[in-house]
Amino acid sequence: MASLSLPDRRQDPYKLRVWRDDSRDHGADKILADAIAHFEISEDDQEVTISFLGRWVVSCLGDADQRIRNIDCSHEKAIRLEVSGIDQLDTAGAWVIYRFHRRLSEGGMGIGIAGAEARFQTLFDVVAEHEEHVQKIPPHKHPLRELFERTGRQVERNFQDLYNSVGFFGLSLATFLRGMVDFRRFRAVSFVHHLEHAGFDAVTIIFTVSFLVGAVIAYMGGELLKEFGAEVLTVDLIAYSVLREFGVLLSAIMIAGRSGSAFTAQIGSMKANEEIDAMRTLGLNPVELLVVPRVLALVVAMPILTFIADVAGIFGGALISLFSLDVSPAMFVETLENEIELRHFLTGLVKAPVFAVLIGVIGCYQGMRVQDTAESIGEHTTRSVVQAIFAVIVADALFAMFFQEIGF
Amino acid sequence: MSSTDLQDPIISVHGIRNQFGEHVVHKDVSLDVKRGEIIGIVGGSGTGKSVLLRTIIGLIRPTAGYVRVFGEELSELSETKRSEIERRWGVLFQDGALFSSLTVAENIQVPLKEHTKISKKLMDELAALKIRMVGLAHEAALKYPGELSGGMRKRAGLARALALDPEILFLDEPTAGLDPIGAARFDILVKQLQETLGLTVFLVTHDLDTLHAVCDRIAVLGEGKVLVVGTMDDMLQFDHPWVQEYFTGPRARAAKLGG
Repeated sequence: MASLSLPDRRQDPYKLRVWRDDSRDHGADKILADAIAHFEISEDDQEVTISFLGRWVVSCLGDADQRIRNIDCSHEKAIRLEVSGIDQLDTAGAWVIYRFHRRLSEGGMGIGIAGAEARFQTLFDVVAEHEEHVQKIPPHKHPLRELFERTGRQVERNFQDLYNSVGFFGLSLATFLRGMVDFRRFRAVSFVHHLEHAGFDAVTIIFTVSFLVGAVIAYMGGELLKEFGAEVLTVDLIAYSVLREFGVLLSAIMIAGRSGSAFTAQIGSMKANEEIDAMRTLGLNPVELLVVPRVLALVVAMPILTFIADVAGIFGGALISLFSLDVSPAMFVETLENEIELRHFLTGLVKAPVFAVLIGVIGCYQGMRVQDTAESIGEHTTRSVVQAIFAVIVADALFAMFFQEIGF
Repeated sequence: MSSTDLQDPIISVHGIRNQFGEHVVHKDVSLDVKRGEIIGIVGGSGTGKSVLLRTIIGLIRPTAGYVRVFGEELSELSETKRSEIERRWGVLFQDGALFSSLTVAENIQVPLKEHTKISKKLMDELAALKIRMVGLAHEAALKYPGELSGGMRKRAGLARALALDPEILFLDEPTAGLDPIGAARFDILVKQLQETLGLTVFLVTHDLDTLHAVCDRIAVLGEGKVLVVGTMDDMLQFDHPWVQEYFTGPRARAAKLGG
């Protein structure tokens, strides 16, 4: 039956004969050499016998799989697979042997697996049953292609997020305005709660951070201005940078990290727990209940925090001016009064509520996007912080250009 | 495999006491599981069924008593020896406990990558084989756990538990949360796998249908100990109010008719 008509295989009938599995020689393996899966090939006048020996289990397969794949199947004689020498067999071993058997029979060599004990036979039956589907596994995509695919998806998702965030902002605004008309719908308790957590609790950290940044500006700027003998301008430098930019920007970044992420995690876990759906079924509006009080709390808290950050930054700068530049506090305050106009302070302050809306809306929106897995909450929290800080910085740059143009 | 292997219990739990603070879950639990059997663990809520399972697989250390699996006492073994033993069992947690950042196929390949030296191609084939063996469509291979239904996640979890062809399979409430048809299919699947792969199955369940359909023996936990171990007939004859109510109540009769 083994008179072959193999199409394009090399017709060397004795390819198999000299082949002997030499896995025993690689004794380095922890598993006993005798126990490892191996096979021997012998030949007589009628047929070639491949005897499988040892433990054909997944932990002992080693490279036996590769060796079997490498066997050249073009042969003139019938091939018999002898499995009676196997000590132990599991689905992995059975699969490897069965796959080889299939390859042989597809090559026109109708051979059988001989010597299978009953308990081995069931395993061969199981793998045979699923063989066809296993062969259908899709090939792995090229890693580079996958990279492009992921990048593309990510870019698309970012634009989608931008688009949806704008929509979500509109929804929140509409809900808020409706709340304005009917004041009883305003959730005062929730609002105060978030004001405390997002605003009051953040005072210490924002004060400290802004204080340190003010001090650093005084140090760096002072050193530089000293070279021109213009130490006194340090006061202007500190005041300008802290009032116009750093006070509000630092507050916004801290709030994005502290409160924006907290909003996402809170709303996200409620979403994952189907609480948001439960609200809807009870006739409650989740945007009104969860989003509006949070965003509103930030809008109120941010200008206050910005003011605190301004004070802290200038205080830090004044302290360093005193110690390292010998600018006395009296002189510092005098310069501040005479040279720095109120508009610089207002420029910073007016940005605060805008940043608050950005952070609040992005935080709540990402929370609403959470799917019902714990992993999703973490992913969206990260996105929320990254997008909020990004949005704040973009907005800040736009503000800077705007104020420049109007000469404010 | 020597003849003693066949006779010695594959899992031997002796005098286990588990206590969390003041709360005593197990006072004195002893249980032997024979090689090749399917044993079902039942008991009311809070009787420590899952705690017993977690104690056997070494996730909880008992306050007193010992657990022997394959004749070895786990707590006395070195890290490497322990890991060798752990490779010989598979565990299916309640909701599958699949790694959510990996696809189903990758989940199944985790133990293969960690503990064997086979080629990537063979791993792919074995993952596909296991996926088919637990009755999932081969398209499921590339899906993430979040994209699967509860029943599919359980099957995928079972496929991962079977990745290394274990000798013992621990199942924690395998049919909870499945619809009756899905649950019945899962029962059949467990039975089939046990028969073809020669598994010993340790099964924690609430499901009377499962007990009827697949279990060789049943152990009832209660009052901090094993109340009774035996076949379904033994259960019906055992004189204890909870056991009687559980096995002869209206749902039990329905299950018996169905079974």
